[in-house]
Amino acid sequence: MASPPAVKRARRSLIALLVIIVALIGVIGIGVVRGDATWTPKLALDLEGGTQIILAPQNTNGQAVTREQLQQAVAIIRQRVDASGVSEAEIGTQGTQNISVSIPEKADSATIDRIEASAKLDFRPVLVTGDGTSAMPPAEDADPNAPIDPSPLPTTAYDNAWLTDGLMAKFAAFTCTGDAVAGLSEAPEDRPLITCDSEAPIKYILGPVELGGDSITDAKAQLTQGQNGVTTGEWAVQMTLDANGTKVFGQISQRMFGATSPLDQFAFVLDGQVLQAPRMQAQILDGRPSITGNFTQDSAKVLADQLKFGALPIGFVVQSQEDISATLGSSQLQAGLLAGLIGLLLVVIYSLFQYRALGSLTIASLAIAAILTYLVLTFLSWRQGYRLSLAGVAGVIVAVGITADSFIVYFERIRDSLRDGLSLERSVERGWKQAIRTVLASDGINFLAAAILYILAVGSVRGFAFTLGITTIIDVLVVTLFTHPMMALLARTRFYSGGHRFSGLDPERLGAVYRGRAQFRAPVVASRGAAKKNLGAAKEAERRQTIAERKAAATAGAASTGKES
Amino acid sequence: MARSFAEFGNALYTGEKSFNFIGRRKVWYLIAAVMIVISVLGPVLRGGFTFGIEFTGGSQFQIHMPAGQERNQDIAVDAVTSVLPGAAPRVSLVGQTDIRVQTEQLEDTQSRNLHSALAKAYGVDESEVTASYIGALWGQDITRQALIGLGVFILFAALVMALYFRTWKMSLSAMLALFHDLIITAGIYGLTGFEITPAAVIGFLTILGYSLYDTVVVFDKIRENTSEGELTERRTFGEAVNLAVNQTLVRSINTSVVALLPVASILFIGAFVLGAGTLRDIALALFIGILVGAYSTIFIAAPTYVLLRQKEPKIVKHDARVLKVREREAGESDDAAGDADADSEDAEADADEAVV
Repeated sequence: MASPPAVKRARRSLIALLVIIVALIGVIGIGVVRGDATWTPKLALDLEGGTQIILAPQNTNGQAVTREQLQQAVAIIRQRVDASGVSEAEIGTQGTQNISVSIPEKADSATIDRIEASAKLDFRPVLVTGDGTSAMPPAEDADPNAPIDPSPLPTTAYDNAWLTDGLMAKFAAFTCTGDAVAGLSEAPEDRPLITCDSEAPIKYILGPVELGGDSITDAKAQLTQGQNGVTTGEWAVQMTLDANGTKVFGQISQRMFGATSPLDQFAFVLDGQVLQAPRMQAQILDGRPSITGNFTQDSAKVLADQLKFGALPIGFVVQSQEDISATLGSSQLQAGLLAGLIGLLLVVIYSLFQYRALGSLTIASLAIAAILTYLVLTFLSWRQGYRLSLAGVAGVIVAVGITADSFIVYFERIRDSLRDGLSLERSVERGWKQAIRTVLASDGINFLAAAILYILAVGSVRGFAFTLGITTIIDVLVVTLFTHPMMALLARTRFYSGGHRFSGLDPERLGAVYRGRAQFRAPVVASRGAAKKNLGAAKEAERRQTIAERKAAATAGAASTGKES
Repeated sequence: MARSFAEFGNALYTGEKSFNFIGRRKVWYLIAAVMIVISVLGPVLRGGFTFGIEFTGGSQFQIHMPAGQERNQDIAVDAVTSVLPGAAPRVSLVGQTDIRVQTEQLEDTQSRNLHSALAKAYGVDESEVTASYIGALWGQDITRQALIGLGVFILFAALVMALYFRTWKMSLSAMLALFHDLIITAGIYGLTGFEITPAAVIGFLTILGYSLYDTVVVFDKIRENTSEGELTERRTFGEAVNLAVNQTLVRSINTSVVALLPVASILFIGAFVLGAGTLRDIALALFIGILVGAYSTIFIAAPTYVLLRQKEPKIVKHDARVLKVREREAGESDDAAGDADADSEDAEADADEAVV
């Protein structure tokens, strides 16, 4: 016997839901096997603790850091931390001169680099390059006291006169070690700089700063496009410069394009180290240089972030880096979870009380929503760096109300249709059509709130928006892929379609005018003494008028027969 | 009880039983006005809101202990509350040997007292306790971005609702109800003196979403009842809206109860078992907000919508026609009482429509 279309649709929906759940479990499982995912969502700073890093900002010009600069540094560090996910870090000033950054979990070196990576970004021309792994013995005739600065000082940054014997000797003796480059972030801007590439073992002599990093207004990672507009599959970092930057960069590119190596190379220097030293491959006069070369999507994004957030004229020195425990005792989380459980238990009791056996569908739907939420949060804490804070836990508990509301709206619509005398199967279809409209509209508003706050807000507000958005989407998924299909299937069982007393959908109790398959019964209201009711209803209608309407009616009445009194 | 509740829903649906939410709007407006005045004046008289140290910055003490000594966070909390009753310090373990205690901004004497209290509580020399102060963790930049986000959201939400319902008047009513909710929720914080912490702000934002959500659900039914085909000669516009509110009343009650139960248990455990802290802060905002949000949809948003629409020529004309028909029927029913029962007619008419 072929199944009716409603049953087929219901089965398809349930299978789709099952596929989603299994796929999530599968993907997380693969992650766990590979060792970079866990089966539980990661917890935020307030619940699990993490690492506290105290930074001391240092002005590159040697002056004391002002209060405004400190605030600006806090904002920029927060942007950097937010750029790496929604982890709800705590960033604030400490004392007059320090910044305290607390991030969840152990900080990996990439994160610390990103935070402390300092903020001083410069463009310098490359003058000389060399192998950074070994130092040359000084030449026999070298004068150890030879002056490093040429006299008189050259007027351009790319003048070969910068390369004095003293500088060359120093360059020859230089090797790329962590210590050697550590103090370079405060190097003077108007002198050449000996430094290393941040990745490859290459050492450089760079000319004085030609352009400051603050002239970058935007930088983003994107795929390059060939001349026909089709993507070449190669990642690039696209920068946008401000007006002055455009002019200066235009001059630099005209000079460098076609020059002999290494004079055609241009170095981005962050924290005294060379991020990249690309060759100039065109004259760029529109202020939109693009950097290419063996980027992956991730490495392009890292460079773009460094360029974009790097424009702060302050360097940072890490004062201390220590583990920090949760700010909320574990008692808070336990109490929160306990409270949540008690609350859910009360919801279960109330649902059964209100909707009888139908309440079990509410409970099953909430259980599915809980499973989905758990899996999605686990997945996102692995892929997006999401961290669950106590506020997030509370948000998820509130989502119970919003999710349950979708079922309540739906069930009440079904009951309304039953009251109109439709059969259960038709009530389910009609009730669903009406309910899904309402659910989509109201969830749409919630999702809008989440999306806008996520895009515009920073810090913990952003984390909140993320949680709200997820729970809203899950609400829609559960009600369309689980609650409705299950309802459609249940409506075909004898227990529900027969309107069992405990089904929660008993037409008689709901006061339907005719029940089941064309089995009429007397209208409820009429059976209770129509005359009396009629009077009551008329009075009720009168009472329901607004004052203005009543006045109008009174005037009209007085004008004609004066029946209203 | 359940039986009577289901019958109650039934009676509300047919209009047999009906609460006059729309007609008594002056009463609701008066209540709202009083509540708003209390919410604004109360905190002012009490001396403003109490902001958490995340907003104001505060004092920080770091206690260095000999390696191996057990570090119990509760000792620090007790020491702080002995000097500052009712305070909610943030206590965390730092590194292997230190405890960090953050409190509100202290005056010199308080700071000295706490300094020695902490040293004594952990049995270390006073020189092992360092005091400093910390800036706001919730900086101006977060507040600014959050406000920009809010502004943009309210504009967009108003626009989306106006498009969805095809009238800006529903949008405006919903927004007024939203502001009512936010003012009262904020007022209760000011009145109780609960600290406004980031958790509380997150609570406010949740309320914002919830309040609009609840209004959209009820307005959707109003839209349905007052649409072209549905608005018949039996009901004035105001009555049709009132019927919609009554028909969704069971849903409103059920939803509010279901949403409030978990929040209430968090609030109860948070406030009475744990004392001050994140849970209490967020649960209070949510509890008040959900309650007020559901209330304002029925008592503020729906009546305001009627108020905004009832002067429209089309509505005025419709209402006049309804009243005229009603008057004529009242004249007829004088002769044959009990002949035509309005409610059973309703039900039968609805059933006919639905079956066809």
